[in-house]
Amino acid sequence: MSDTSETNYLDNGKGFASWFYTVDHKRIGVMYLIAIGIFFIIAAFASFLIRWEHLTPGEGIVSAHTYNVLFTLHGSMMVFLFIVPGVAASFGNFLIPLMIGAKDVIFPKLNLYSFWLYLLGASIFLFALAAPADTGWTFYTPYSIDSGTNVIMITLGVFVLGFSSILTGINFIVTMHKLRAPGMTWDRLPLFCWAAYATSLLQVLATPVVGITLLLLIGERYFGLGFFDPAKGGDPVMFQHFFWFYSHPAVYIMILPAMGIISEVMPVFSRKPIFGYKAIAYSSLAIALISFLVWGHHMFVSGQSKLVNIIFSVITFAVAVPTAIKVFNWLWTMYKGSIELSTAMLYSLAFIFLFTIGGLTGLFLGALAVDVHLHDTYFVVAHMHYVMIGGTVFGFFAALHFWYPKMWGVMFDEFKAKIAFVLIFIGFNVIFFPQFILGTLGMPRRYFNYAPEFESLHQLSTYGTWIIGIGFILMMYTLLKPIPGEAGPNPYKSLSLEWSMDSPPPPLNFDKIPTITEPVYNYGTKIEKES
Amino acid sequence: MGIYDITTKIIKSIAYPSEMVPPITEEDDGHHHFDPETEHSSMKLGMWLFLATELLLFGGLFAAYAIYRAKYPEMFMNGSKSLDVVLGTVNTVILIFSSLTVAIAVKAIQENRIKLVKIMLWITIVCAAIFAVNKYFEYSYKFGKGIFPGTDIFYSIYFAATGVHMLHVFIGMAVLGVLLNKVYKGKYSKDNFTAIEVGGLYWHLVDLIWIYLFPLLYLVG
Amino acid sequence: MDNHGSYKSLINIWLLLMFFTVTTVGAAQFDFGAWNVPIALIIASFKAGVVALHFMHLKHEDSMTWVFATYPLFLLFLLIAFTATDMFTRVAN
Repeated sequence: MSDTSETNYLDNGKGFASWFYTVDHKRIGVMYLIAIGIFFIIAAFASFLIRWEHLTPGEGIVSAHTYNVLFTLHGSMMVFLFIVPGVAASFGNFLIPLMIGAKDVIFPKLNLYSFWLYLLGASIFLFALAAPADTGWTFYTPYSIDSGTNVIMITLGVFVLGFSSILTGINFIVTMHKLRAPGMTWDRLPLFCWAAYATSLLQVLATPVVGITLLLLIGERYFGLGFFDPAKGGDPVMFQHFFWFYSHPAVYIMILPAMGIISEVMPVFSRKPIFGYKAIAYSSLAIALISFLVWGHHMFVSGQSKLVNIIFSVITFAVAVPTAIKVFNWLWTMYKGSIELSTAMLYSLAFIFLFTIGGLTGLFLGALAVDVHLHDTYFVVAHMHYVMIGGTVFGFFAALHFWYPKMWGVMFDEFKAKIAFVLIFIGFNVIFFPQFILGTLGMPRRYFNYAPEFESLHQLSTYGTWIIGIGFILMMYTLLKPIPGEAGPNPYKSLSLEWSMDSPPPPLNFDKIPTITEPVYNYGTKIEKES
Repeated sequence: MGIYDITTKIIKSIAYPSEMVPPITEEDDGHHHFDPETEHSSMKLGMWLFLATELLLFGGLFAAYAIYRAKYPEMFMNGSKSLDVVLGTVNTVILIFSSLTVAIAVKAIQENRIKLVKIMLWITIVCAAIFAVNKYFEYSYKFGKGIFPGTDIFYSIYFAATGVHMLHVFIGMAVLGVLLNKVYKGKYSKDNFTAIEVGGLYWHLVDLIWIYLFPLLYLVG
Repeated sequence: MDNHGSYKSLINIWLLLMFFTVTTVGAAQFDFGAWNVPIALIIASFKAGVVALHFMHLKHEDSMTWVFATYPLFLLFLLIAFTATDMFTRVAN
């Protein structure tokens, strides 16, 4: 029952200032959501142009230099402005206090400053577009030292964004330690919160290393420090070590929150408790810990020593295990459950399927002998997009649809949303599955030109972008044009705390902090029937 | 606390979760106020997490030092010899002394000894300023001899590490300055001193980093 | 709450730190060969430990704080160990 006489967080104060200076975690989450959504669209448009360019070999719609700029822009904007803040900053901010029974995060003003730092970092980043970098999002030396483009400015932007990431991580960790409702022991914490906790650990521990790496890169460009310059006794591979020390854990920052979403959606639409709660919770922590031990698998052909290659390859196989545990647990949650194929559930099911493909192909790349052939080919591009789009973005879309009634108080048209899902799913696979084949056949990544025998697969891949584009536009239309009428506090009959108050939630979340007495996923069990 | 006790404590808190969190109190000004114990321990935990990030930031510099030192032992020995050990030692003594004064300030505020707090914070800031002036002299001397960042890998490490450290000294001075200003305004007392404690923690980190930088740069030649 | 020890104990800690500083500068006047760096690091670690435990009150903090204060050191060790191993086990072709 929703009470329109009380204000909700959306009505509580109007105008730019009430949003820009808010300390309400829900408003901050919404602002992040809009910001990352805008950058997602811009970066996706860049990829649209990239694929258009590849309709034919040789020069198509852009020059070679512009092509390099496009894939650098696409990669760096997607990574640093969309997917790393991504689910954590948007849904994490909105949901964590609601899920743990708190009125806000522990440091609300710091939360706002994190958002302002995100905007500042984004502004510096956009400023750099006056002479945009063409180095690839990884800024490898020596080219990033020599390139005549605005490398310093873009890395400075990324440095500031890193600060935003770190402060959000600190906020989430302390919030989860200190503000859980009475009775909410760690084993009653929703799995999305466990995932956010593990993500925050990575944000806090890994980001500073890329911070110093980018500072050293700036120092090298500006002062000629020489750490990465062989002529001065430095080593360009050292840049790669420092860079990937962050960037490998970063990919788990990208995927863990999405996995948390799946863990929330699965039990609701299977009407069954999640299978293996502890296993999923601990595997999130295990992924966070082991992720620091595998960064060298990005450097197998960079000249890294054989010994270190072998060590990293072996540990890379180990890091797949906690993830596989989660996949089995999700599948087992569905077994003998009462499945409802809502849009959120469809995206979650697609996640499991696509992320598994992405994850398994990662194992191909983790095998040294195979990686020698596949490194820097389209196989890697396909692998990363299966995990990042098939994984994170599909999880993100599941969240958009699942918590939609809670966030906005209204419902969307499920039928249109499902059509959009089908188009997005088909479009995505048409883009990227051919790229596995292209990569195995030898098509290198980041190449402007290509041999004519690759043309038909490239064209097929490009057609996929048009399908996914239509699907995405339909999805946005459906979400921006809800069906009239109130959604009610809990249309999916979820047992988790965030559904226990009105939709949209009031500004301070709970009138009275609840006391928790049971585990959170009691779906379909006797306890749920009794309550 | 021994290693065994710590490990047992950690394992117990994971395997037998039983933390109860006290309820939040709030006032109607739209800002949230948590009960004082939660607020105090949260700010400390938050600052320790931030210190962890600073450790890792400098960690990259220490890593570069370790690897290039192993690669070019002669260059590092000669470079180290060329640094002014006297000035470096003086700076070390000053910084450690400033850690003492800020620690005294943190204790003094918990006893409402406002005058002592002010004196100690002033001394800390002055020490930081002297440190900065000394480094200015060191850098100018090197520039005068044609030694700049980029002259060789040792000097690049020297300037990069002490430069980033100097930046943190300035930030620390600003933080302490803000705290001192608020002390003058009467904002802190024995019932409200967390900000001074966490500001002190940050300053101690600045000292900690220098405790490692000093011997590694100045003394192993 | 955090008011452990006295002003005197703080000053004693400071004196201890001064003693270690003198020691490390003194030790640098001698050449211990390969032991130069380890000795300097050990003395520095004593000083750092003293500052952390007593000035920063780590001695009285809970286990979560200990974990967050010390785990980064392990990560740092990983970064140096793996990178150094790579740098020094490459074989020229």
